Amino acid sequence: MNLTGAEIVVRALIEQGCQTVFGYPGGQVIHIYDALYEYQDELRHVLTAHEQGAAHAADGYARATGKPGVVIATSGPGATNLVTGIATAFLDSVPMVAITGNVMNAQIGTDSFQEIDITGITLPITKHNYFVGAVEDLADTIREAFRLAISGRPGPVLVDVPKDIQIARCDYAPQPPAVPAPPQAAKEVRIRDAAACINAAHRPFIYFGGGLASSGAQEELLALAEKIDAPMGCSMMGISCIPTGHPRFLGMQGMHGHYACSTAMHRSDCIIALGARFNDRVTGDRTKFAKGAKIIHIDVDGSELSKNVPASHGMRGDLKLTLQKLVGYVEPARHPEWRQTIALYQSEEERNRDSRPGLTPRGAMQALNRHLRENTPVATDVGQHQMWAAQTLCFRKPRRFLSSGGLGTMGFGMGAAIGAQMATGEHAVLVTGDGSFGMNLNELATAVTEGVPLVILLLNNGVLGMVRQWQTLFFDKHYSNTVLARQTDFVKLAEAFGAKAERADTLEALDAALSRAFQYQGPYLIDCAIGQDEFVLPMLPPGGSMDDMITKVGG
Amino acid sequence: MDKRYTVAVLVRNQFGVLNRVTSMFRRRQFNIDNLTVSETESPDYSRITVQFAGERVTKQQLVDQLYKLPDVCSIRELDNENAVSFELLLIKLKNDPASRGDIRAAADAFEAKTVDYTRDSIVLRVTADSRRIDDFIDLMRDYEILEICRTGVVSLERGADTIRKVTNL
Repeated sequence: MNLTGAEIVVRALIEQGCQTVFGYPGGQVIHIYDALYEYQDELRHVLTAHEQGAAHAADGYARATGKPGVVIATSGPGATNLVTGIATAFLDSVPMVAITGNVMNAQIGTDSFQEIDITGITLPITKHNYFVGAVEDLADTIREAFRLAISGRPGPVLVDVPKDIQIARCDYAPQPPAVPAPPQAAKEVRIRDAAACINAAHRPFIYFGGGLASSGAQEELLALAEKIDAPMGCSMMGISCIPTGHPRFLGMQGMHGHYACSTAMHRSDCIIALGARFNDRVTGDRTKFAKGAKIIHIDVDGSELSKNVPASHGMRGDLKLTLQKLVGYVEPARHPEWRQTIALYQSEEERNRDSRPGLTPRGAMQALNRHLRENTPVATDVGQHQMWAAQTLCFRKPRRFLSSGGLGTMGFGMGAAIGAQMATGEHAVLVTGDGSFGMNLNELATAVTEGVPLVILLLNNGVLGMVRQWQTLFFDKHYSNTVLARQTDFVKLAEAFGAKAERADTLEALDAALSRAFQYQGPYLIDCAIGQDEFVLPMLPPGGSMDDMITKVGG
Repeated sequence: MDKRYTVAVLVRNQFGVLNRVTSMFRRRQFNIDNLTVSETESPDYSRITVQFAGERVTKQQLVDQLYKLPDVCSIRELDNENAVSFELLLIKLKNDPASRGDIRAAADAFEAKTVDYTRDSIVLRVTADSRRIDDFIDLMRDYEILEICRTGVVSLERGADTIRKVTNL
């Protein structure tokens, strides 16, 4: 059939299995929005308050489902407002397709109104991007964008569609949704070598990241851990990949990771890294990191192998397929001494655990735990609250903890929570802080308009807590620009947006507020006051190694 | 210890592809010593040859990252053992009767050809490997160099192997 470019954009999105897109209209996408109007029964468009919120919503949608999130923005400022959202998705390997409008081809390069070189700007933060020069290429370009976004290591892809391409007509025939490039296992001989290395180990440790969920390799991971009797830990991106309560799971590892987990990894003689990338937040001082360990590293992205720490056995391949073979090659083993050692680490962790009564950050997270259902998606923003959530919240299903790991984007959570809610149909949660929430709270409007069932747990301490923590510990308490002497009344603010809200000053009040919030079929904000000098512990000091871990501050 | 590397990259012939490849060097903070881009036997592909210095590990990172670009079809690391490499130099010298003879003698030794000759200037053309070109320029510093332009290296593997036999997986 003969369609306009704008119609082809929408038809191609529908063809690719897309049901919900997030975006914001503007002059150079007005034709696409006209097509969205025409196809509104087949493709839902969610209007956000700001393009950044739309990008984070598409990201949250993708994180919760594994399917590519789609965002549409106009040229110029619309496109540049996507940049933080695209970069966030890029750093966390989230599949996303961003579609931007641009000025007509004839005006490209003339600095015309709202013209920006968005393919140039997003070059380092996309897997690939396209400028569509002819309407005949449009449908295939969008298909290719979807294929790239979900192939190998997932990531964002941007398609820039000039206005004249949206207007021009050409023939269009629907095609089946793009399939990812077929996953491949690592080379057999390397898997055998790695298995030999694991068989020789006395203190094996499995460290996994977000790649585990991308590959869907949870079962294989658990089979490996069982067979070789290894404890498991994860990077922040690995949280919720396996049930938090699994007896072999020691939790999160790294700068603010669980003590037993970080210590076990550091003392291991064989680290099996799966879909994780040894980020500096994971290793601390790399020259001192796990000196006694051989490192077996499996990743679908070959460039991650030996990038941050040298791998003795680097294997490029799909995790699921590679682990299936690896589990076959390793010998069953038992490591009673190693388990005893780990039990000691765990009791040390238990001793240092914050057990103060009342409305402490950990207390608030535990209260939330009591209300989480099996499938509740929880998004966070970035800072202290994020680490408390990562350390304390319990998950039973993968893709239920949504947090900006690589880029550390304050303001990520509001959009992400909306996207995750729409993707799953579950009552969603946002754990945020007053600093982060201040960045993109405009999306409250979106949540109200769309009637998004969303519990917003705002840990309000009146300071930029994470930076303040550093200032307390390493900058002689010079609280430079981290005290928010704002007079914001978050309850009134939420009400002004049309949301429900209440304040909780005690643990009991919080518990009751959470009950009410989960009953309400719309956004419900709980303004929860916590102390300004709460710390995230344990903590690796900047440039420190696991041996320098701070587990207690003051008395 | 920094070592000098020559890498040939076969890319899809699309606009912006040079930018994508060089951007990877910038992001990893590699300074490109020289770079050539040329057409190939097929209109679908271009060939980019890059010389740069760096550590082996970071060089490997760079190659791994380049392989991830959808427009990159294949990559070959080239050196004197496995490849023939040449560069072209144009050098403009002051035409001074006192030095003219010496310049001519050096030019003969390097098989340099005179491609422009005026009362005040001489332009010589040299085709050689990069090191020999460096040597020639160094010799010419004894005289008055007005201007230099060199192409950067072009390089092909010895024997029947071609870059297209290594495909991007």
